[in-house]
Amino acid sequence: MGRYIARRFLWTLVVLLVLSLVTFALQRAVPGGPFDREKKLPEEIIRNLEAKYHLDEPYWKQYLRYLSDVLVPRIVKGEPKSLLEESLFDIKLWDDYHLRWVNLGPSYSSRSRTVNDIVREQLPVSFQLGVAALTIAVLIGIPMGIIAGLKQNTIWDYLGMSVAIFGVSVPVIAMGPILVWIFGVMLKWLPPTGWGAKPPYILFFIPSDLSWNFWRYVLMPAFALGLGQSAIIARLTRASLLQVIREDYIRTARAKGLPERLVVLRHALRNSLIPVVTVLGPMFAAVVTGTFVTEQIFGIPGLGKYFVTSVTNRDYPVIMGTILLYAIFLVLANLVVDITYAWLDPRIRYE
Amino acid sequence: MAESSRVEALRTALPQRRKTASLWADALYRLSRNKAAILGGTLVILLTLTAIFARYIAPYPYDVQDRNAANAIPTWMLEIFPMMKSYAVISDKFPLGADYVGRDMLSRLIYGTQISLAVAYVGPIIALLVGTIYGLISGYFSRWVDNIMMRFVDLMYAFPSLLLIILMMAFFRSTFAQSEPGTFAYVMNKIDERFGGMLFIFIGIGLTAWMGTARLARGQVLSIREQDFVLAARAVGASHLRIIFSHIMPNILGPLVITVTLAIPGYITTEAFLSFIGLGVNPPTPSWGSMISDGSQAIRTYPPQAILPALALSITMFAFNFLGDGLRDALDPRLRGTQ
Repeated sequence: MGRYIARRFLWTLVVLLVLSLVTFALQRAVPGGPFDREKKLPEEIIRNLEAKYHLDEPYWKQYLRYLSDVLVPRIVKGEPKSLLEESLFDIKLWDDYHLRWVNLGPSYSSRSRTVNDIVREQLPVSFQLGVAALTIAVLIGIPMGIIAGLKQNTIWDYLGMSVAIFGVSVPVIAMGPILVWIFGVMLKWLPPTGWGAKPPYILFFIPSDLSWNFWRYVLMPAFALGLGQSAIIARLTRASLLQVIREDYIRTARAKGLPERLVVLRHALRNSLIPVVTVLGPMFAAVVTGTFVTEQIFGIPGLGKYFVTSVTNRDYPVIMGTILLYAIFLVLANLVVDITYAWLDPRIRYE
Repeated sequence: MAESSRVEALRTALPQRRKTASLWADALYRLSRNKAAILGGTLVILLTLTAIFARYIAPYPYDVQDRNAANAIPTWMLEIFPMMKSYAVISDKFPLGADYVGRDMLSRLIYGTQISLAVAYVGPIIALLVGTIYGLISGYFSRWVDNIMMRFVDLMYAFPSLLLIILMMAFFRSTFAQSEPGTFAYVMNKIDERFGGMLFIFIGIGLTAWMGTARLARGQVLSIREQDFVLAARAVGASHLRIIFSHIMPNILGPLVITVTLAIPGYITTEAFLSFIGLGVNPPTPSWGSMISDGSQAIRTYPPQAILPALALSITMFAFNFLGDGLRDALDPRLRGTQ
């Protein structure tokens, strides 16, 4: 098991490194630069800007500089002299000495904000949305799948599976506007746009005020984003439960006179949820990438907006930062899922 | 003598041919018994015809603007959206109303089928072609070929594919647009412009679609290449190409067809998603994704502009999901109810 985890972890690092390299290369391969405007800036200003952001250096040097800024922790004296020296993590050690780590760089398009600021303020919002959507997906999906599976070929089964096919067929970009219209505009139950959470956050993302004022903004987008995933979970849970319930050990459990409730809870459910773990990886990916459309539809101030606009604005550090953040989440989620699965089913490790 | 050996050859050939025919015929029969699949299939055919004949069906061109009728809605829609009575332009010129610059919604929805359906067909074709060939080669030759080829797939697979597509699209759009006449990039860009931005979407989706099929094909090949009939083919001196394409491939096609069909809704959402964030089709080419994006800006005042394309997209997704599920059940009854 230890070797398996170590191997998978190294592989994850390789993927992240290659992804950062590809992102970097693609940005620089495109002609033009981040300071192209409709009305051309004077040559000298562009040169000064490029010098300020080290864009005049050879590409390999730029890339290594970025990597070292992000990865290498530094102990510095005093406050940062400019935005360029600011970091995501800034821990006061003693006197005037600070430990600074992960500097994601400036944003070329908004001069008063760095990518660190964007991450600090926007990532928690996206994370709240993602966690809420995943929770909804699991809370709806698993019970729905269990009921459909236990009552196979009854009205509950058909109802559940119809909801599921509805869920997989209505993508979040279609679901979003319809929900906004019904609950936000017509019924006026929930606010159509906006977000209720404000910093400071506990543990980076949990809002300190968890009252209705937070939830009423969360419900609709989280549901729009989570419904499709809950449908996938429900279908898989049902299928796997149907398979498990025909196993011999279930018959044994019934034969020895165990109450049906215990047969289901203790024997059937536990085994039938193992395959569900495998979809959690792709599901996480779908939710993470789904957040940027959801944020746009519901006007949520998350990371997504910055990512999309940075791609068109050629805001290199923002593209790099957001892509790497999304990638870290996705790759780590896959890692966790794979390890969990290998732990649940030891045959996987030897493949 | 010649006669009898021909009869002999026919006799040995016949049962085999009947068997392959009956597998697909069987599947077709099972498919025809599945009501949801029939409904899905019918919708898919209708949508395909709409896409092909869009220019004859659509009452207006998709890009003609009628500034006087911007945001107009027809009378019958007022019953569904009564609040619009007080501020919207009411005009029966357009059967489903007009968008924010006065383009006919119905025509744009009809033309919108073109891109969604094109993706629905091209995505699986690329996945099937590239993935199957890649997987066949990798699985058949095994050893170091397999090792290198599969490590590459692993690496690509670990990439978040949507992020990769977004990066690629941004890259294509800006590099190729600035290319000099006469270069390859220039030609590509011209083709792309001609098709309203579809070419790059195909490339973006194609780049990430084949990995799953490749893995599946390889796995299938690994189990099949050890079977006796492959050994027999090798013993009579069949070439690698012949073994791969006429002995192994027919045996692995079923599961591959199922997987790519089930992946179609994913391709459709990817395109809608790209167009939604502005990296998909070039305006004014209509895509349901970009229509939803435009419409959701005005969801409080002009809801039909977002809801109509959302419905169109959902119906198409329903159709392909039903058809895909039905095809899976028909081609491989053992898999019924999974996924």
